[in-house]
Amino acid sequence: MSNMKVLTNGIIKENPTLVLLLGMCPTLGTTSSAMNGLAMGLATSFVLICSNIAISALKNLIPDQVRIPGYIVVIAAFVTVVQMCMEAFVPALYASLGLFIPLIVVNCIVLGRAEAYAAKNGIVASAFDGLGMGLGFTFALTILGTIREMFGTGKFFGFSFMPEEFGSLIFVLAPGAFIVLGYLIAVVNKLRKV
Amino acid sequence: MAKLKSTLPNMLLSLTIICGGAGAILAGVNDYTTAPIAAAKAAALETAIKEVTPPFDNNPTKESYKAATAEGDSLLIYPAKKDGKLIGVAVESNTQKGFSGEIKVIVGFDADGKLFNYSVLQHAETPGLGAKMQEWFRMNKNKQSVLGRSLSDGNLQVSKDGGDVDAITAATISSRAFLDAVNRAYSAYAGTKEWDGTSGATTDSANQEEISQTETEKEGGNHE
Repeated sequence: MSNMKVLTNGIIKENPTLVLLLGMCPTLGTTSSAMNGLAMGLATSFVLICSNIAISALKNLIPDQVRIPGYIVVIAAFVTVVQMCMEAFVPALYASLGLFIPLIVVNCIVLGRAEAYAAKNGIVASAFDGLGMGLGFTFALTILGTIREMFGTGKFFGFSFMPEEFGSLIFVLAPGAFIVLGYLIAVVNKLRKV
Repeated sequence: MAKLKSTLPNMLLSLTIICGGAGAILAGVNDYTTAPIAAAKAAALETAIKEVTPPFDNNPTKESYKAATAEGDSLLIYPAKKDGKLIGVAVESNTQKGFSGEIKVIVGFDADGKLFNYSVLQHAETPGLGAKMQEWFRMNKNKQSVLGRSLSDGNLQVSKDGGDVDAITAATISSRAFLDAVNRAYSAYAGTKEWDGTSGATTDSANQEEISQTETEKEGGNHE
């Protein structure tokens, strides 16, 4: 598979959120606004790319029986780096994403790609896989956040286009996340079959 | 390089090296971000103090002190002074009564003990409901606003509990929690009213003007 194919594979054909249905907790929890979805997606992408590269480079150094603890330590290190940098340089974003950043460690997508792809492929291919999966995740979260924000509060990336009273609060709350996600998955399934 | 076999020494060595490497990277990043994190926090606190007190020219964070509340714990108080006179305080208050977890607010009082302004520092309330408190209690609509209110004749309470503050629509618990934090701030501040006898800030004419202004604002808000 060429690198380009690996990249688009993660964005469309095997989109981690809308097709593989991995990492549902941050997907549902952080997408109350488009900005939060985008930021969460980018933070996860960074961790995915770095951990894929590191694990691919270290794969022969890690014996099979201890690979899971090994991978988790690598992933946790990168997540902590992201957390510290966010707290230092974008405190406002850190305040709104708060608890979900450390939870990237247990995001199935990150460990899943480490195990399924990075542990078996070269460094460059793994980097592209991380980038593709990360972009797919970011894309899904941003769309989800945009729809929820538009219907819920009448805003688009924080810019108001209709009075907040016309919005329906359910889209900002958890049930709205499930409803929007369900419709998005239906649309993506339909598109994939065409 | 062939893949390492899963023997005990190999596993120990491999995990030790990975943990050591990760630890080294984290130590480096921690070293690098400690100063910016502290600076960001200090800046956020300073902006919050500026927002909730009348204009001051001292350094409230340096002169901060702890004061006990009626409930026995203590809160940090930042005195705001102009030309050496106390013109208000900012009290960093918190409450555990929120709908989901702790709420931290900073509440400013002017020299007369009236609520000057507030700012929510940290909360985990429901977006779209309780999360509205940052703006809600400032809006000059019905009995929503808490600005300019005096807490000396009793704690603030939501209308449902017999008080005269309108709670956030569909978020009474968050509103109660917010007012609890404000009341705690006042109780800490009232316990240390050092300006009553000594500073004489209340006789300052400029201050009096400001106070009467906030009073009219408050009355206007109540009658609308």
